Amino acid sequence: MSNSDLTKPPVSDEVAEEPAVAAPPPAADAIVAVDPRLLIREQGLAGYLTEFKRRIHSGDLGSMPVIVALILIWGIFQGLNSTFLSANNLSTIAFNVVGTGMIAVGIVFVLLLGEIDLSVSYVSGLAGAVFAVLSVYHGFPEPLALVLGILTGAAIGALQGFFFAKVGVPAFVVTLAGFLAWNGAMLWVLGKNGTINLKANGLLYNLYNYTFTDVAYAYGLAVVAVLVYLGSSLWQASRRRQAGVPFRPLTDIVVKTVLLAVVSFAAAAVLNQADGLPLCLLLFLVVVIGLDLVLRRTTYGRQIFAVGGGIEAARRAGINVAWIRISVFMLAGTMAAIGGMFLAGQVNSAQSTQGGGNTLMNAIAAAVIGGTSLFGGRGKTWSALLGALVIVSIQQGMYILNLNTAIQYMITGAVLLAAVVVDSVSRRTQKASGRA
Amino acid sequence: MSATPVLALRGISKRFGAVQALTDVELEIHSGEVVALVGDNGAGKSTLVKTIAGVHPIDEGVIEWEGRPVTINRPHDAQGLGIATVYQDLALCDNLDVVQNLFLGREIRRVGVLNEVEMEKRSRELLNTLSIRIPSVRIPIASLSGGQRQTVAIARSLIGDPKVVILDEPTAALGVEQTAQVLDLVERLRERGLAVILISHNMVDVMAVADRVAVLRLGRNNGDFSTKTTTQEEIISAITGATDNAVTRRKARTAEADK
Repeated sequence: MSNSDLTKPPVSDEVAEEPAVAAPPPAADAIVAVDPRLLIREQGLAGYLTEFKRRIHSGDLGSMPVIVALILIWGIFQGLNSTFLSANNLSTIAFNVVGTGMIAVGIVFVLLLGEIDLSVSYVSGLAGAVFAVLSVYHGFPEPLALVLGILTGAAIGALQGFFFAKVGVPAFVVTLAGFLAWNGAMLWVLGKNGTINLKANGLLYNLYNYTFTDVAYAYGLAVVAVLVYLGSSLWQASRRRQAGVPFRPLTDIVVKTVLLAVVSFAAAAVLNQADGLPLCLLLFLVVVIGLDLVLRRTTYGRQIFAVGGGIEAARRAGINVAWIRISVFMLAGTMAAIGGMFLAGQVNSAQSTQGGGNTLMNAIAAAVIGGTSLFGGRGKTWSALLGALVIVSIQQGMYILNLNTAIQYMITGAVLLAAVVVDSVSRRTQKASGRA
Repeated sequence: MSATPVLALRGISKRFGAVQALTDVELEIHSGEVVALVGDNGAGKSTLVKTIAGVHPIDEGVIEWEGRPVTINRPHDAQGLGIATVYQDLALCDNLDVVQNLFLGREIRRVGVLNEVEMEKRSRELLNTLSIRIPSVRIPIASLSGGQRQTVAIARSLIGDPKVVILDEPTAALGVEQTAQVLDLVERLRERGLAVILISHNMVDVMAVADRVAVLRLGRNNGDFSTKTTTQEEIISAITGATDNAVTRRKARTAEADK
């Protein structure tokens, strides 16, 4: 009896006191100090910098490292050869980004699940070969051949996804088997010759090479991009203000809009100084933005992040984990096939070497260099664009400096290692400051 | 407290092969009541909770929901009735923020697109009514303490508007202050008129928040106590099965003699 007398009163005291004394301040607190970031941000530009520093310190680097790397790379090559930052060279880089970038977008999705797809390079090669054989040998209309080529990629992704999600074979092994098998399939489809030349001025050639030469297109796109960004940011902020939840301060929106305007108008000016706005670049941007919206604004995208963050939690929340996995591998296969079409358009032929070399490494490296985590659950489609820009810039820089590929590979390897180091270290810092 | 229990178990039995995990277990829970389910390891607490949650269908007996018999064969059935379970491993996604976790699997959409504003607003309302203290609803779960994660997991179970909430060892891995937060939250669930089943090994916690304590021993009921009129020792005796032995009989006799 005495024992429980000793233990009981203090406990009930604590329980009785807690809500009366401690609870009201936090409740009030929760309304005023809504978001630690908001408090800092409301101090205007200075507060913005404080917030920026705080994020860097806590390891929340976002796209920072890759942008710094890109500026460094461009600066170094410009120092070594003054034609590097010429409009023509930058325009070439813009064209070359598309093939690798398209494949890398699919890789971003797979990495978000914390998995890897090693087969994308030869899936891209096989899709190009299917297109070539159907359109050149069998007389299929080119649009139909294009669709069938892309569907090949989707079907392969579904098959690999099935073995991974339903049978339980590690994705690494399934796609490694795919890497070999689809290479074989590609060679088999191409037949004895090994190279099929596509029609002169055909569909793939135009998809890759067509440019909107009128300067109005590139500038118009820049204007649209800036206006849409500004409009949607203001609209979001006003919706959030009305709902009484923290919203982005005007300084933040203005700063980011100005940055976007500078970048997009500079890009438009450079492209216009060369040949104009490439169709393939426009398509790539549409894919990146479209899939970015899918990731951030739809239930499906949220489910991908959830599976990447914790399979058990996702399953308990009623998410069909197997379907998410299969569909993501399908998407990776589809994007690989689309990338393969642009790579085939680049040389206007389907070759036995397509998808070989460092196609695979470039695509994975682009996703990782761009800031998508290898550990799953963190990343965005924009990393495919930024990462591909870095890789293609190195290639192009080496090319105009007349350095051989040996050095190019070593440098690309070093950049990839640096990217993974940044990823690992920032993850550790985030853990230390409790943000991972 | 309503007359009809929101959930009543009558003569529940459950076998696993040769093991009789539960025998003729009775349990009643009313709205606005916290019932602690205690017992030694292997007493059948988890099995009983899993039969209610629909993980293991019962072999014999009747489960009554608001007075009428129901069958619970799948977790989905239990959720449909309004039974939410928070398991010991909280099953939150570390990379998602608080709002995203709260609404995971039940996202609010507007013309097919996630309605982040509405979800954030409702999350803040829910957390405020429960007086849950969290620095921001937009920080990843990974940056929260163990107690904060537990409160988020409990808050998450409330999104579907359940009538019965089952908490499996909610304070097992928590420090003193965090335990206090979770116990406060349990009391707030009761204030909201929910029926709470609380599994715990910690007698102090049980005595602090529970209205009744149901003891299981070797798969059978071994006492149902009101915390107001019971001592901790009586409950522990019921858990260990020491209610009737030489020591307790002698104690009872000396107590009588003292009078």
